[in-house]
Amino acid sequence: MSSYFESEDLAKFGQIGRHAPKLAEDFFKYYGNVTATDGALSKREKALIALAVAHAQKCAYCIDAYTTQCLETGSNPEQMMEAVHVAAVMQAGITLAHSVQMYNHLDKLVL
Amino acid sequence: MDDTPIPLAQLAGHSPDHDFQSLLNARGLRLPPLSIETLQVNLTKLCNQACRHCHVDSSPSRTEALPPEGVAAVLGLLARHPQISKLDLTGGAPELHPQFDELVRAAVRLGKQVMVRHNLTVQLDGHPQTGESKAHLPAFFAEQGVEVISSLPYWQEFFTDSQRGKGVFGKSLTAMQRLNAVGYGIEGSGLLLNLVYNPVGPYLPAAQAGLEADYKRELREKFGLHFNRLYTITNMPIHRFALHLRKSGQYQSYMDKLLSAFNPAAAEGVMCRSLISVDHQGRLYDCDFNQQLGLAVETGSSSSLADFDFEALMARRIRWGSHCLGCTAGAGSSCGGATAA
Repeated sequence: MSSYFESEDLAKFGQIGRHAPKLAEDFFKYYGNVTATDGALSKREKALIALAVAHAQKCAYCIDAYTTQCLETGSNPEQMMEAVHVAAVMQAGITLAHSVQMYNHLDKLVL
Repeated sequence: MDDTPIPLAQLAGHSPDHDFQSLLNARGLRLPPLSIETLQVNLTKLCNQACRHCHVDSSPSRTEALPPEGVAAVLGLLARHPQISKLDLTGGAPELHPQFDELVRAAVRLGKQVMVRHNLTVQLDGHPQTGESKAHLPAFFAEQGVEVISSLPYWQEFFTDSQRGKGVFGKSLTAMQRLNAVGYGIEGSGLLLNLVYNPVGPYLPAAQAGLEADYKRELREKFGLHFNRLYTITNMPIHRFALHLRKSGQYQSYMDKLLSAFNPAAAEGVMCRSLISVDHQGRLYDCDFNQQLGLAVETGSSSSLADFDFEALMARRIRWGSHCLGCTAGAGSSCGGATAA
């Protein structure tokens, strides 16, 4: 039976270059430069940001990859869960902030 | 913990994809012995703990121990070879060996640097079979100037107890307090307390320097504890840890991870190039991991303490296996931590 989102498929990420090798090469170079180096942010901080984004975007592959990456850059589960809460509270805040739009329109509609 | 013997072939993966010698050949790397600076003796498989990652499969029910004639042979060997400057005592919990104190004193009298792989909790637990107290160890270590090297998988309880057993974190902190109290880990005392971090699963250690800074800050601020250096060590895919990997379907992916992280600089610094490992029967190995896999040194003429031949051992070909990928991944791994940090 075929199925979507198998964890083994994460290893096939490199295949995005099959029909567009130059673009994939450019992407992976950019990806490596951003995530695999200590810059103004440490690799550890970048991994925690990526873990939060992975949750916000609901990417199962990324959650697996960045759970490992967070551990390999020295984070602990407490810090990782706080990062997930940052993603969660941002999403909740974004949803609630849109109520301003609702009120704007409501004010326009209601006499 | 189930101590049922596990077939060797099941524990030492020999997938052609992970053949270490082929990897060295492909990279044009030759790694002959450089010295025999350290004699690392596995005194006993007996331990008061039964850690989930233990490559020795140690536990409170093990009984294997170096006999008195073996202890005498170690001391004779150290006396005859000034080139061997360090005695590294491991196990199990080496302090549970009946001649541990005697061996340490004699090696120190010979002018050797003595290192003990001390699991901390044995100070509080004592001997698991006889109940003999080991509370004297901090004072004894300090009196002899022994270098203490202790596993503490993390500065929080969760990771530590997950790997080493419930209650280990709390007992480890108490043991560290007792070591600090006699001067261990205190600047200017000359008494070295080095900690060992290893991951609590199939992933690579974080960078040693960054983790050391975290450990120092957190242990000092939260518990008032001090130590000298932190060594990061990669989990070896053999024995108890390999069994866990296989049972959880992670063996192949862990080996692939180690292979993809192969670092030639770490390979240059592997510890087997500068030590000889001795088991509880006096047999010789390239390292403690080869010892646990039963891969004896290949010299033809020197295989035990009884026929120890320094020159023949220096000329030997080190025996590689797929588990060697664990020492050469990322920043490297050895009994002294990262080798290419």
